[in-house]
Amino acid sequence: MSSLEQMYQQVIMDHAKSRHGAGLVQLDLPAVGESHQVNTTCGDEVTLRVGLDGDTVSSVRWEGQGCSISQASISALTELVEGHSIEESEEVYEAFRALMGNRGEDLGDDRDDMLGDAGAFVGVGKYPARIKCALLGWMALRDAIAHAQAAGVEGETHG
Amino acid sequence: MLPDLRDDFPLLARSVRNGKSLAYLDSGATAQRPHAVLNAMDEFDRLHNGAVARGAHLLAEEATEAFEGARGSVARLVNAASPEEIVWTSNATAALNLVANGIGNASAGQGGAASSLFRVGPGDSIVVTQAEHHANLIPWQQLAARTGATLRWIEVDDLGRHRLEQLGSVIDETTKVVAFTHASNVTGVVSDVAAFVARAREVGALTVLDACQSVPHIPVDVQALGVDFAAFSGHKMLGPTGIGALWGRKSLLDVLPPSVFGGGAIMTVTLEETTWHPAPTRFEAGTQPVTQAVGMGAAAEYLMALGMEDVAEHERRIARIIREGVSEIPGVRLLGPVGDAHDVLGIATVAVDGVHTHDVGQVLDDLGVAVRVGHHCAQPLHKRFGVTGSTRASAHVYTTEEDAERFLAGLASVREFFGVPA
Ligand SMILES: Cc1ncc(COP(=O)(O)O)c(C=O)c1O
Repeated sequence: MSSLEQMYQQVIMDHAKSRHGAGLVQLDLPAVGESHQVNTTCGDEVTLRVGLDGDTVSSVRWEGQGCSISQASISALTELVEGHSIEESEEVYEAFRALMGNRGEDLGDDRDDMLGDAGAFVGVGKYPARIKCALLGWMALRDAIAHAQAAGVEGETHG
Repeated sequence: MLPDLRDDFPLLARSVRNGKSLAYLDSGATAQRPHAVLNAMDEFDRLHNGAVARGAHLLAEEATEAFEGARGSVARLVNAASPEEIVWTSNATAALNLVANGIGNASAGQGGAASSLFRVGPGDSIVVTQAEHHANLIPWQQLAARTGATLRWIEVDDLGRHRLEQLGSVIDETTKVVAFTHASNVTGVVSDVAAFVARAREVGALTVLDACQSVPHIPVDVQALGVDFAAFSGHKMLGPTGIGALWGRKSLLDVLPPSVFGGGAIMTVTLEETTWHPAPTRFEAGTQPVTQAVGMGAAAEYLMALGMEDVAEHERRIARIIREGVSEIPGVRLLGPVGDAHDVLGIATVAVDGVHTHDVGQVLDDLGVAVRVGHHCAQPLHKRFGVTGSTRASAHVYTTEEDAERFLAGLASVREFFGVPA
């Protein structure tokens, strides 16, 4: 497999097409947060909305435009974190970041299993210029969760 | 006709991804450097380095001679009336900012009556165009914000050519500055400078030309063009990074207030006030990038030895191959005039249907073809074309027909690679 094929694995191509969670809708959940992120080098952007139910990331919806790596990465993370706890999503994020920094090699431990489809992005790590693309959605997710948590706290005190 | 010059450029001999030979088509962003430039800088550093215009010893003399000699070379390349009309800057961006900030300072009263011809304020207008690189847009936005003047612009048509019929209405008696590009870094379209200058003169406005993409590729005669200022960068004309130039009419440069202050630029300093040197020294405060200036001078000499007419002809030939070639690839849209247009540089910028520019660039990179992706610091123009980004191939003196063919073959394979239906 060439580096190019390793980067654009079928799993990634599929996510870039099917785009899980695409489409911003109203989320009827106790705590909702939104984040807009732009990759200034290429103008790619995403608006991502998260709905929390207690400590669970119940719903992730997003709208974005960008390269296949950025779009597929958002789709894959949506699948990975929905229905999981904030703590778990943070662990997956840490694993994904480690993968991006691993110069095209799998991590070689149980984090590879944790990453699921996101493990297919391993080839991106060989191209420093593209790591930002793969991380764009994760930046939006973490920021949106922080906003949702703040909104949730506010809802409790005022509600 | 130019000979094959690849051997003059050591970097072009290296291999890139997968051991492939390099088809370097990103000269519009930054060009490669010939031995002549690398050697000139190396020799300066090894043998002649000294403090320019400051020391009393032999090395200081030699360094000064090299520094000023380089200025002379750059002056000849653009046919400046004298070397004093060339101001060293760190790049074209800094050159454009030097003019905009100087005008801003004059507007705040700096330079007194002598500099009053530069004053702009509320009720005045500054005119740019939709085709500008951000480097020739943002300084003018800032100047407008700082002085209360209004920023206006000339639009471009669907092919990226300026809508010259707007010159008469957009540029009017309120206009103090007209800043426009000589050639677009996206479409390669060369502007009708004479039309801009004629209208600007009618209303007494200053003209500032972004010559960043023209000076490296076509004959540029600043006196014949009739503009007041022109900015360009060393690294796009086969020279090093860290150096650029502002050309300006001596009579204007001598009264344009400086905006960087320090040693070397001044005539006399008391604790209360300072009088500045005439140009170019007044703008060159602090220790200058002398090695880089020497490199830029060597690049100017290299280009002049090739002959700018021949350089332009060579790049036109490459442009014809690329522009006609991309027009034939399904799902690929050329931004700018299609086919063999007479007023277009060796640049072809495309949008590929259904494939993001980053993905296009990645596939080409895998084939050893280096192109630029993104918005190329020209977001308003991309917006005009209805796209957020594009993929650009740009030529220089060393670009071969084979480079062009490799780009076309790669581009033709992109949509299939990403499974976009034909
Ligand atoms: C038309 C144009 N103007 C200005 C610039 C800015 O040049 P520099 O980055 O060397 O200052 C560029 C370079 O990309 C350009 O293409």
